[in-house]
Amino acid sequence: MAEDVLKSGDLPENPERATLEGRNKFMGFWFFLGGETVLFASLFGTFLALRNSNAGGPAAEDIFGLGLVFIMTVLLLTSSLTSVYAMYHMKNNDFKKMQLWLGITVVLGLGFLGMEIYEFYHYVHGYEFGFTTSAFSSAFYTLVGFHGAHVAFGLSWFVALMIRNAKRGLNLYNAPKFYIGSLYWHFIDVVWVFIFTVVYLLGKVG
Amino acid sequence: MSTTANQKAGIGSVLWDYLTTVDHKKIAILYLIGGMFFFLVGGLQAMLIRIQLIVPENEFLSAQFYNEVLTMHGTTMIFLAAMPLLFALMNAVLPLQIGARDVAFPFVNALGFWLFFFGGIFLNISWFTGGAPDAGWTAYAPLSVFSEGHGVDYYSIGLQIAGFGTLMAGINFLVTVINMRAPGMTYMRMPLFTWTSFIASVLILFAFPALTVGLFLLTFDRLFGANFFNPDMGGNAIIWEHLFWIFGHPEVYILILPAFGVFSEVIPAFAKKRLFGYSSMVFATILIAFLGFMVWAHHMFTVGLGPIANSIFAVATMAIAVPTGIKIFNWLFTLWGGQIRMTSPMVFALGFIPTFTIGGMTGVMLASAAADFQYHDSYFVVAHFHYVIVGGVVLGIFAGLIYWWPKMFGTLLNEKLNHWFFWLFFIGFHLTFFLQHFLGLMGMPRRYWTYLEGQNLDLFNLISTIGAFFMAVGTLVFLYNVVKTQMKGEKVSGDPWDARTLEWSIPSPPPFYNFKQEPLVRGLDPLWIEKMQGNGKIQPAEPLGDIHMPNRSLTPFMISLGLFIAGFGIMYQGGMWVLAGIGFATTLGSMLYRSLKDDIGYHVHKEELEEEGDGSNG
Ligand code: HEM
Ligand SMILES: [Cu+2]
Repeated sequence: MAEDVLKSGDLPENPERATLEGRNKFMGFWFFLGGETVLFASLFGTFLALRNSNAGGPAAEDIFGLGLVFIMTVLLLTSSLTSVYAMYHMKNNDFKKMQLWLGITVVLGLGFLGMEIYEFYHYVHGYEFGFTTSAFSSAFYTLVGFHGAHVAFGLSWFVALMIRNAKRGLNLYNAPKFYIGSLYWHFIDVVWVFIFTVVYLLGKVG
Repeated sequence: MSTTANQKAGIGSVLWDYLTTVDHKKIAILYLIGGMFFFLVGGLQAMLIRIQLIVPENEFLSAQFYNEVLTMHGTTMIFLAAMPLLFALMNAVLPLQIGARDVAFPFVNALGFWLFFFGGIFLNISWFTGGAPDAGWTAYAPLSVFSEGHGVDYYSIGLQIAGFGTLMAGINFLVTVINMRAPGMTYMRMPLFTWTSFIASVLILFAFPALTVGLFLLTFDRLFGANFFNPDMGGNAIIWEHLFWIFGHPEVYILILPAFGVFSEVIPAFAKKRLFGYSSMVFATILIAFLGFMVWAHHMFTVGLGPIANSIFAVATMAIAVPTGIKIFNWLFTLWGGQIRMTSPMVFALGFIPTFTIGGMTGVMLASAAADFQYHDSYFVVAHFHYVIVGGVVLGIFAGLIYWWPKMFGTLLNEKLNHWFFWLFFIGFHLTFFLQHFLGLMGMPRRYWTYLEGQNLDLFNLISTIGAFFMAVGTLVFLYNVVKTQMKGEKVSGDPWDARTLEWSIPSPPPFYNFKQEPLVRGLDPLWIEKMQGNGKIQPAEPLGDIHMPNRSLTPFMISLGLFIAGFGIMYQGGMWVLAGIGFATTLGSMLYRSLKDDIGYHVHKEELEEEGDGSNG
């Protein structure tokens, strides 16, 4: 039976939850995201406490432009949607389409990450707004940087899974891996919505 | 795989076995060895503290070294002794208590241990590289930010690594309890130790990330020039206190809840009665955990949060005394009318009840915010938390270790020596800490290196130090007992205490697959039910079949080793950056390997199982 999980084709409806291992992973990952929520909540709390503490350095309204951040938001939100498509195809046992939509997700994520790097670069060189400039700058780079690192990790995870399984297709063993990868991706997306609101919108108008 | 095969194997293969094991029973032994080692290290530090304070104006330790010893004592005892020893108990018995063949994530479980191990080693390397952390176990900013040398960096990075491990362990136990229970093991039939460990895992999940963030911020401030806690640059040192105590108060309940669980197993077993008020015990556990998240600012009454915040936190804190009181009364009512056997775990339990009650009472005193302005940062607080932590957590750990020792090792610790251990430790404990309440009320501040003559502090400090020696001797008796018992190696039956729960229905130590057939649970205290109503054996829930087991793996060790190496790179920077590169490459590479390499475990076949007895405790 152990070897059966590596057979592809003819999968049940919810392949990610068909085995005990899959169910465990699924639930364990939800708990992990619960912990991640506290992690980001702590970072948000710190940021909120320090967001006006620019110590004479650039303040939020001086540097943030909503245009770029808006495009980034659109990219990331769309990528969440495309990862939903990928999971839809996973459940329909259509490996090729799943790979395709995951590929699109990765491209969108890369676009987001590229823009974020550009944004940081711009702040540092255009405004002399570095990590050590003020308490506000430290809090900003830490919060947004933690999110960015999560994005980078999620992208590498997707790419690794896609390459590893490209030849053999879906099975009961790797379906949960793809699935929790996409859960992670949604979580990152939700965090970004909060960053967009709390950091950028509030920084610009609040 | 049997134990005899292990005994014949060479030291190298035993080492390899433990480095790569994913068996929760072996991981329990690893946690036990690691936790006991650090318990002794922390105990040695405690002795140094008490020797320094034995007379006024003593110069036994230098002030700086005293700060380091004091800081490391607290840090070691909480993170590297108490937590791992509780994890040792959880790993040893929780899966057995719910009738599971394994934990939900054997690999993650091993990862949790190795992260703790490397985190602990990392912290302690600071002794040899220019000085240990010296800003107190609470590492308050800005003191911790401006502390010279690398001591506090060892603290922030070492605890970070160990903390990840704790989080991993917590998630594993959560899913194990939810998904791996045997047929019939409903939530309201779970033994209290399983319940309290389960709730403690919830606390771990939601409390540790706050510490993670706090430690990151501290690391960034100290090593990368960030300004979180630096008021000159707009920072705010109080953020550290909030993050630390949002973690820190739940942490004290992470420690005490499993200890409560131990006593809730020991007392019914040796009073020969089912636990009084089982469902109210479960309810009280949940309530304590819930309230535990809303009281952190009682550590910050003197910070100046204002009278309204202080009042709210004071009331919330006092409210915790209610569910705690429920528990105390339930234990007492379980004892009431029971056929009490004065075994050593029971004596520990009986010592625990009044001691912990005193600690809870001083807790309520501290919780009244106005009065706390007097108590705060005095020896009164030191006395309070030692009453709850030593009188609660440590007594619980030892009661649990003695109680479950036969299940872990198949041997029974010598009862006479256990009683000696208890009385030395217990009397020593009260000698050491009871008078510290009064030292505090007389104005002796905590954490001071020394004190002046002629302030009426001399006698109580002397008595306190004498008490500490009693505790040390007690601990040595326990160690002697362990060595003696294991050398003798006299095996006992699977159920030497005539106990009530599922773990006692299988051999001691259990086979690596725990239960040959999944047990059928018919109620609370399932073994006792079978003893009273059946033939004393748990009925199987399934016919004999193949058993699926996980493969061993070195990857958890490698992931943790990588972070350990990377820590030095981050700390020393410059040319040492290369270590960060090597370390993170090791960790990420190992994680990638884990993700991509198929690992589906193996099966123990029915035919092999048929050869090995019926799997019951006989
Ligand atoms: C009825 C229950 C309890 C109440 C009302 C209570 C209340 C308090 C308060 C108000 C303080 C702060 C005192 C100050 O710094 O001025 C405190 C400190 C402390 N408590 Fe408790 N406590 C209770 C139970 C516990 C338990 C069960 C534990 C651990 C197992 C514990 C561990 C500690 C520790 C470690 C500290 C001191 C931390 C430090 O500053 O280093 N407490 N407690
Ligand atoms: Cu507290």
